[in-house]
Amino acid sequence: MVTFTLNGQERTFDGDPDTPLLWVIRDFEKLTGTKYGCGVAQCGACTVHLDGMPRRSCVTPIATIEGSDVVTIEGVSGKEADAVKTAWAGLDVPQCGYCQSGQVMSAVALLQMVPKPTDADIDGAMTGNICRCATYHRIRAAIHNAANSMEG
Amino acid sequence: MNWKLAITGVAALCLFVGVGTLLSPASVAQDAQANAKTLKPAASFQSIANERERSVALFQEAGKVIQHPRCVNCHPATDRPLQGANMHPHQPPVFRGDGGMGLPGMQCTTCHSAENTPVVGQADTIKSIPGNPAWHLAPVEMAWVGKSLGQICQQIKDPARNGGKTMDQIVEHMAHDELVGWGWNPGAGREPVPGTQAEFGELISAWVKSGAACPAS
Repeated sequence: MVTFTLNGQERTFDGDPDTPLLWVIRDFEKLTGTKYGCGVAQCGACTVHLDGMPRRSCVTPIATIEGSDVVTIEGVSGKEADAVKTAWAGLDVPQCGYCQSGQVMSAVALLQMVPKPTDADIDGAMTGNICRCATYHRIRAAIHNAANSMEG
Repeated sequence: MNWKLAITGVAALCLFVGVGTLLSPASVAQDAQANAKTLKPAASFQSIANERERSVALFQEAGKVIQHPRCVNCHPATDRPLQGANMHPHQPPVFRGDGGMGLPGMQCTTCHSAENTPVVGQADTIKSIPGNPAWHLAPVEMAWVGKSLGQICQQIKDPARNGGKTMDQIVEHMAHDELVGWGWNPGAGREPVPGTQAEFGELISAWVKSGAACPAS
């Protein structure tokens, strides 16, 4: 039995301890905003926050998160999340949208760590989030916009 | 007489074929393959009378571990680690960052766990994500990529390029460090470094005791 916090609520899971966190989130908790992309931490679609840090949930066995705090796209909150949401909508960042919950989770985590990121900071943090529609230019612009909106 | 000649000839042919089988390219390759997966015990180098030559030979044997992709991949000369047996640049692109633990928002722990993590339902080319509690890059002054074994040897002895370690601390690091030990336990789908960490530690210890001589190249 694994006990953890999911979007602020205590949850338990008593299935196979090797079950990836992503499968628990999607199949058992029915929170389908977090996406399955590659299953091997190569694309970033499954990014969640684990104890405040971005984490690929597809390569995170549920047994390894006992006592941890998990936040998904459905539960992410705070000024960085609000700024990212506004900036994303303002620029119509998504095209097909499949990768976007992972992009948003990585962007929010970056702004929590680096409130005013440079292009290099953005490249470094977002390099593991692939977008097949190549919305990268809008993602970068939206992160800058979100950072600017949080100033003052 | 003719019979004797004929029998001798057949025997010679058998011997020839036999030797040919023993030394065929396939069998030589198999020996080399087995040799690449094991380490000779440190004690077996005692037969080398000249201490300096023995010391060099011990380090060359240890070099089978040190120069293995499992070790070199995380001793990169740039800020980007390498990956896999063919030592390609790490995908996704990740970079050194503070303490060799990655950049803000894309640290090693974004993907790597405290243990090797098997993946399911994937191609045969990927069976697990490697992991260790201490997963990080070696500092750039400890870069091994592009260096000869002799150069790496000199580097390991240089406190300015070995993290300020004494030779005793080098022996301890090689013999017992947990992240070094990951090389022998790299997870499904990855070839481990040769031998065992204990054998490797004994080679390094014997190398230090014999004067820590380095190969010329």
